[in-house]
Amino acid sequence: MKIVVCVKQVPDTKGGVQFNPDGTLNRAAMLAIMNPDDKAGLEAALRLKDQYGAEVTVLTMGLPKAADVLREALAMGADKAILVTDRVLGGADTWATSSTIAAAIRKLDYDLIITGRQAIDGDTAQVGPQISEHLDIPVISYAQDIKVEGDSVIVQRQFEDRYHVLKAKMPCLITALSELNEPRYMTPGGIFDACDAEITTWGRADLTTLDDANIGLAGSPTKIAKASDKVRKGAGEKVALDPEEAVSYLMGKLTEKHII
Amino acid sequence: MDFGLDKKHEMARTLFKEFAENEVKPLAQEVDETEVFPRATVEKMAKYGFLGIPVPKEYEGQGCDPLTYVMCVEELAKVCATTSVIVSAHTSLCIDPILTYGTPEQKAKYVPDLASGRKLGAFGLTEPGAGTDAQGQQTKAVLDGDEWVLNGSKCFITNGKEADVYIIIAVTGIVEKRGRKMKEISAFIVEKDTPGFTFGTKEKKMGIRGSSTYELIFEDCRIPKENLLGAQGKGFGIAMHTLDGGRIGIAAQALGIAEGALDRTIAYVKERKQFGRTIGQFQNTQFQLADMATKVEAARMMVYKAAMAKATQKVYSVEAAQAKLYAAEVAMEVTTKAVQLHGGYGYIREYDVERMMRDAKITEIYEGTSEVQRMVISGNLLK
Amino acid sequence: MNIMNLEEYKGVYVFAEQVDNKLSGIAFELLGKAKDLAADLNAEVAAVLIGSDVKGLADELAAYGADKVIVVDDPELKEYRTEPYAHALASVIEKYKPEIMLVGATAIGRDLGPRVSARVQTGLTADCTQLEIGDFPINPVAGKEQKHNQLLMTRPAFGGNTIATIACPDNRPQMATVRPGVMQKIAKIEGAKANVEEFNPGFTPDNKYVEIMEVVKSVSETVDIMDAKILVSGGRGVGSAENFKILEDLAEALGGEVSCSRAVVDNGWKPKDLQVGQTGKTVRPQVYFAIGISGAIQHVAGMEESDLIIAINKDETAPIFDVADYGIVGDLNKIVPELTKQIKEAVAAKK
Repeated sequence: MKIVVCVKQVPDTKGGVQFNPDGTLNRAAMLAIMNPDDKAGLEAALRLKDQYGAEVTVLTMGLPKAADVLREALAMGADKAILVTDRVLGGADTWATSSTIAAAIRKLDYDLIITGRQAIDGDTAQVGPQISEHLDIPVISYAQDIKVEGDSVIVQRQFEDRYHVLKAKMPCLITALSELNEPRYMTPGGIFDACDAEITTWGRADLTTLDDANIGLAGSPTKIAKASDKVRKGAGEKVALDPEEAVSYLMGKLTEKHII
Repeated sequence: MDFGLDKKHEMARTLFKEFAENEVKPLAQEVDETEVFPRATVEKMAKYGFLGIPVPKEYEGQGCDPLTYVMCVEELAKVCATTSVIVSAHTSLCIDPILTYGTPEQKAKYVPDLASGRKLGAFGLTEPGAGTDAQGQQTKAVLDGDEWVLNGSKCFITNGKEADVYIIIAVTGIVEKRGRKMKEISAFIVEKDTPGFTFGTKEKKMGIRGSSTYELIFEDCRIPKENLLGAQGKGFGIAMHTLDGGRIGIAAQALGIAEGALDRTIAYVKERKQFGRTIGQFQNTQFQLADMATKVEAARMMVYKAAMAKATQKVYSVEAAQAKLYAAEVAMEVTTKAVQLHGGYGYIREYDVERMMRDAKITEIYEGTSEVQRMVISGNLLK
Repeated sequence: MNIMNLEEYKGVYVFAEQVDNKLSGIAFELLGKAKDLAADLNAEVAAVLIGSDVKGLADELAAYGADKVIVVDDPELKEYRTEPYAHALASVIEKYKPEIMLVGATAIGRDLGPRVSARVQTGLTADCTQLEIGDFPINPVAGKEQKHNQLLMTRPAFGGNTIATIACPDNRPQMATVRPGVMQKIAKIEGAKANVEEFNPGFTPDNKYVEIMEVVKSVSETVDIMDAKILVSGGRGVGSAENFKILEDLAEALGGEVSCSRAVVDNGWKPKDLQVGQTGKTVRPQVYFAIGISGAIQHVAGMEESDLIIAINKDETAPIFDVADYGIVGDLNKIVPELTKQIKEAVAAKK
């Protein structure tokens, strides 16, 4: 079985978000990590590899430094790594990104593609399903459990108030939820090997099935009209009162607003 | 000269830090309080290869260098000194001598199980009457046909009772050296559950309370002849060389404890308010922190340098002794200052620095006290 | 991308999500917003109703603002599956050519939306919290055509730390998924009727039709906090699962519901479906009590649209006070029970 896992390098928001003095996001000050949903997808692939034997290829599109997340994936146990990077691919929206990644995946043999549900920077959840559409294969989003049975996958697909157990013939694409599993750590030896391993790098010219009309900023149908740091509602009144006074203060406000 | 870490070591640091934060830190207080050996953590560390970091891959090790191993001990010690010494004693004091002095058969038999963490290792040199002075050894080994027969006892043995494989130093005879009668000392590999090999009392300690410290007792304990490690009579050299490596591990432990205490203190002084200001806004605090951080950094340089020396030099006794001496004293000083800066809270078990100060003390004592390190260093200066 | 004749595309369409032949709240919310947009564009509002035996739901869509309902009814559409639904919606788009296509950012819509947008070759903006008609570029740029009557789609990114306004000037339809709980439905128009059109593009199962082996519904007896008018929300500061009792009492006195922050779910004090915030639910009740909640940005993202926010926290520097209309620095254990008591007395006195 051959599995392709798509991963994205994202800024870590766990330790808080850093801003530049002008209010824009300071990406450089934040640690770059493997997107959590993608890491769960990678773990799912590695478990299938442990269980059934599989070749796991990780693929990312991004700046050259995105190779770091590929190395991490190799150190966790992935077999091959591919970095898609090219200036002309920059500024892509989800349409252009998915078109580009689909063109890269077309160069590979695969039975299963796993992506994370969504990335913590964009939160769109679009790239996975869009890749599947470009490749004309079935998609199962929001996977909370994945099993392989013969030439099919059996997946628990999460909804708000239920889950479906779905069966799809491979090749297909699955988007993984971080609830899917607890990703493994790298191993020290895996890190040493990963740093010595060769990472295949593809640029625009390597992606022969890709139409120039569908790449980068120009090939993105959605355009940013305005971006800003979020303007928040201003603070109202803040009072430090002893409990009795606090309660009568609140009773006054609730009555004034006709809530009681 | 390059003081920056390369990609491999940077990634390894990230790994050890994440593991320590997620898996080890939440248990540190409980391990100290209950004095229970953290078996589940050891199994997790085994799964991720932490018990065979500097061991070649052919023996199921990770194929990394001593620096990587040292960084692992350091990151573990930042959150839990107990966990760090388990790794250090296992790797430096048990695997390392087998790899260095073992026959191909011994290496094949013991190292894969140890490096993969299926088995845990320990080292027995210290006796009630022989700590730093190895010539005071009383434990005897006598060859009887195809077996060595061990009699005697060892004390203060880290990973005692929890370990499966023990390196044991024993007297195998009397030899004349330059006209003086000297004990002939040899090293052996002894497996747990060998008849005649039992455990005495468990020590109740000031710090590193979850590490299992036991007395080992040998009563007509018969081990196969082929379990002699290295040549007969070479045991003293083996023990000393093993301790050189072990001291780098303890130096890393001391470094980690100091760093952990410093990190917690920095966080604390930013939060704690007195007289309307955070205590970090007082110059006394700032200067104390500056001194602590500077010494920690100096200790790190020495510890990493000793680890590099182990990778590239045959002899690294002085580097190891200096690193351990300095890092241990820094650990004691930094944790003491950390407790002081925490004030009353620093004396309370709920705060980690209280445990760290107790944990730090042992680094000035085991695997050669600070006085022994000074002997090693000065001995080399005046030879 | 294909060159499109943009003029052909008319009308504001919404995907009327239904589950078990019951329309989801998001369908009505989308209709509410679609009506605003359609008024600006002088266009009609259409609901696309996809399912099996769902025609009977058309009147309800009319009552909430649909001028037209396109029904795609087929046994293949009984339960949600990506492929037949994507085929249905994409076929509707190809036939009817809507100018705007809105889909809920639900577990269904966030799967269907991207698949359909890729099929009909247009852009899609995810998880929008604000939609309006305007110009793109927003301000005229020399040498560049400023297009009018564009859908401007505003969405948070980066866990709510930044917001971006997105346009889709050269492709149609302009597609967006919209976060549940953000848009407001209109007051129900009893007896309203829509022009109902049935359309079946034909469904031929192929490899993309996945098989549903089992449907497992989670048994939940908790209420939907998104429907509550008053929410009494607790955070880590509440201290324990048991201590939520004082919040429950307050909620009961006010006729509201209890919700919570992520820390509370992580500690196992309350179930996940009561969680407000970026990884929980977006709520906009009339009154939101934030009790013992520090107000991490991820939490604030899920409640800041509430009409009135009252915060009680012992830490005067808690960021929750930055969004609160009324903030009390004090001990929740003393204030909350007393407040409950006085509210009960006040309510009793009125009767």
